[in-house]
Amino acid sequence: MSKPWTKTRKRAISSLITLGFLVVVLLVMNVLIQLGLVNAGVVDMLKFIGINIIAAVSLNMVSGMMGQLVLGHAGFMLVGAYAAAMFTNAVGWPLTASLTPALIIGGLLAAIIGFLIGIPALRLRGDYLAIITLGFGEIIRVIANSLTITNGAKGYYGFPTFSTRQDPATLFNFIFVIAAFVVFFSYTFGTSRHGRAVIAIREDEIAAESSGIRTTYYKLLTFTLSAFFAGVAGGLLAHQLGIIDPSNYGFSKSVEILMMVVLGGMGSITGSVVSASVLTFLPEVLRGFANYRMLIYSVLLICVMLFRPKGLFGRAELRVIKPYEWLRDRHRAKKAQKTGGGGS
Amino acid sequence: MYFLTQLLNGLGVGAIYALVALGYSMVYGIVQLINFAHGDIIMVGSFTVYTILSWNFPVPVAVMGSILFCAIVGMIISRVAYQRLLNKGAPRIALLITAIGVSMLLQNLYQLIYGSGAKAVPRMFDLPAITVGGVQISNTLLNIAVALVMMVLLQLMVGRTKTGKAMQATSEDAGAATLMGINTSRIILFTFAIGSALAAVGSVLYNNTYQQITPYMGAMLGLKAFVAAVFGGIGSIPGAMLGGFILGIAEGLNNAYGNSVLTDAVVFGLLIIILLIKPAGLLGKHVREKV
Amino acid sequence: MRPIVLEVEDLSVYFGGLRAVEAVSFYIKKGQIVGLIGPNGAGKTTIFNLLTGVYAPTRGAIYLDEKSILKKKTWQRSQMGMARTFQNIRLFKDMSVIDNVKTAMNNQLDYTMLSGVFRGPGYRKEERAVSRRAHDLLDVMGLDAQADEYARNLPYGQQRKLEIARALASNPRVLLLDEPAAGMNPTETAELLQTIRMVRDRFDLSVLLIEHDMSFVMDICEYIFVLDYGRIIAAGEPEDVRNNPQVIEAYLGGEALGADDDA
Repeated sequence: MSKPWTKTRKRAISSLITLGFLVVVLLVMNVLIQLGLVNAGVVDMLKFIGINIIAAVSLNMVSGMMGQLVLGHAGFMLVGAYAAAMFTNAVGWPLTASLTPALIIGGLLAAIIGFLIGIPALRLRGDYLAIITLGFGEIIRVIANSLTITNGAKGYYGFPTFSTRQDPATLFNFIFVIAAFVVFFSYTFGTSRHGRAVIAIREDEIAAESSGIRTTYYKLLTFTLSAFFAGVAGGLLAHQLGIIDPSNYGFSKSVEILMMVVLGGMGSITGSVVSASVLTFLPEVLRGFANYRMLIYSVLLICVMLFRPKGLFGRAELRVIKPYEWLRDRHRAKKAQKTGGGGS
Repeated sequence: MYFLTQLLNGLGVGAIYALVALGYSMVYGIVQLINFAHGDIIMVGSFTVYTILSWNFPVPVAVMGSILFCAIVGMIISRVAYQRLLNKGAPRIALLITAIGVSMLLQNLYQLIYGSGAKAVPRMFDLPAITVGGVQISNTLLNIAVALVMMVLLQLMVGRTKTGKAMQATSEDAGAATLMGINTSRIILFTFAIGSALAAVGSVLYNNTYQQITPYMGAMLGLKAFVAAVFGGIGSIPGAMLGGFILGIAEGLNNAYGNSVLTDAVVFGLLIIILLIKPAGLLGKHVREKV
Repeated sequence: MRPIVLEVEDLSVYFGGLRAVEAVSFYIKKGQIVGLIGPNGAGKTTIFNLLTGVYAPTRGAIYLDEKSILKKKTWQRSQMGMARTFQNIRLFKDMSVIDNVKTAMNNQLDYTMLSGVFRGPGYRKEERAVSRRAHDLLDVMGLDAQADEYARNLPYGQQRKLEIARALASNPRVLLLDEPAAGMNPTETAELLQTIRMVRDRFDLSVLLIEHDMSFVMDICEYIFVLDYGRIIAAGEPEDVRNNPQVIEAYLGGEALGADDDA
């Protein structure tokens, strides 16, 4: 009667549903924003959520999927921020045109630095890798603070940004599309042969090597990719805030992103997306608890590690196909009832 | 002249790093954990000294009180946070993240209690003024003396006492140690207590040397002490000493000749160099993973 | 005269003062099932680690198909045809059974990362092929029904089988099995014996195994090397080894090995 319900078909339909859903959301948001029906503060919030999603999902690739604790993620964001901002500043094009190349350049520069750092760093075992990435993150920040071209600790500003009156939705669109892409990339990467190799490294590096996996290559690849997307996130953040303050891209920021990955479930892309959203949103809503925020976070972090180390989602992912199957089965059941249960 | 000052200061600071590095090294030797919260124990120690002194107790009470309190805090942390994960055989990354959480917890807790501003600490020890070439070195000498004494005591304890030998056994092969009748949980607790006590001693010296404390002082200090421990050879007691002093001198030299803003970068630079050339550290032993 | 697939010459490794393996030499012919036995701590797993490149020898040579592999890294040796299982099972626990196998087939796949990410034709074609091969392999080992199950959920005996399946996935010439029968009851052990023979015949490979279960070793091995304190003290066919006084001395100090227990 109907086509065989193979895995491939399931995946194809999942993808279509997801794509359709995203397109609809994007269009709806644009309409709402243009009609002025959405508070600018809400749009800002959504933009920050998007940026954090990009940062968290990219960190998830190296820390969650590959199991390598990296503590300098914010350093790559900082590099990408400067590169992107300096580019848009230098070319003088309208931002809508210059932002895409700027982000690519930011990502590439972060990736190059990530690659250079990764070559020595990834040879080291877990704890040492964590410390050395922490160190590099701090070195990047310290250097940024002392260079003249970055304007040091005073912050780099004066580069183009979108005006809220003329381009209220443009940056939102950029962030939305890029975040969706990063999630997509992370998912397809994770389910490809490269993803299997990467996960194997997390599960048992020695067994992975014995099975023929070139661990050094994959570690470097994933680390560089993660740095690339962090750079892109940084570039977006810079153009959202209009200023790059190195102190915002230090160890605390790295830990914040790490928390999103950990709480959501290391290795779960859905988890990273959800917890990035919640952890960006919650502090705004719970303004009154601002003083206790970091304290609560630290307690939360410890509790999660002690009682549910797999995080909220564990390693599970959102199965888009499930709701579809449920709806379809209900539909068929109804149809079968109507025709008196006959036929196949 | 300036060079001499910075060099001597560097030695004085190095002694503090050495003391803290000792604690790091010991804990890492036993549980293979970089206790991120270790640096913040120094902060706890410093604030304890500050508080006890502010209640007008004499200095010796403040010192003993701080050592005791830190040892207890260290034991609580290890029991509540780490022991559980260690028993479950949790992956290393989980322990590291928990340690980060504990560190954040301590920093923010103390920030809430004491406020984030710096607190001035009165001079603690009435030392005879000793000068070399016009430079006051009494503090430096004190720091170095205390650090050396602590190192010797620690070496004696680990090498000669029954508990010390049990510590060595646990650090080499925890499984075998348990089979030999050693209560490894108790040994781990003890190690954390000693490590934290050493950090407290370091905090006393810190208060005396710098006379200013903040809730965030522990983070950078701890990290630098960790670099010192790795540099000298993690798991090695004389190595921690060596690493601490070398780091202190390197910082002093950088302050004298280089850009002092880049001091932190220099510290991490040293770490990167040693990890690339001799990851086991100057005096460390290379430990093979059992396959 | 069957060709030699694996040869080891004067292999030694010292850890500080400890001579874990000392002047070990042996070889395995194509299609042979060879046993490596010895008391606990004799250095058997260490030899495996040397063969696969986890440890670097202090001295000696290793030849796979007459080519020296000393300079090769572990993953390269796997590509050249050396696969192993581990004493304490080292599966990819949070991966499905079939993914465990597919992971070991990574070197037979070619598609680039971009092709994988954007699901290009290379990805689709190669993944289909690898899926088929993985299912076939699981089927041979009797695990196909659990293909999508998480490896950690498998019962112990099946986990051991999965480890062997994963080792087979990389198309090895030599299969190194480290205590494959550990923790198995007699029924499972008998089944394992059949499986190893079947695998050897079907995939045309040679097997070197470490084992403590003496009757299992005597049954399945065509040739045995005995290790004690890092040195080979005896070598020969099972019957000869069983009655070799030095071997008996090393193990039990008196009783014959694998003999029927009537005491």
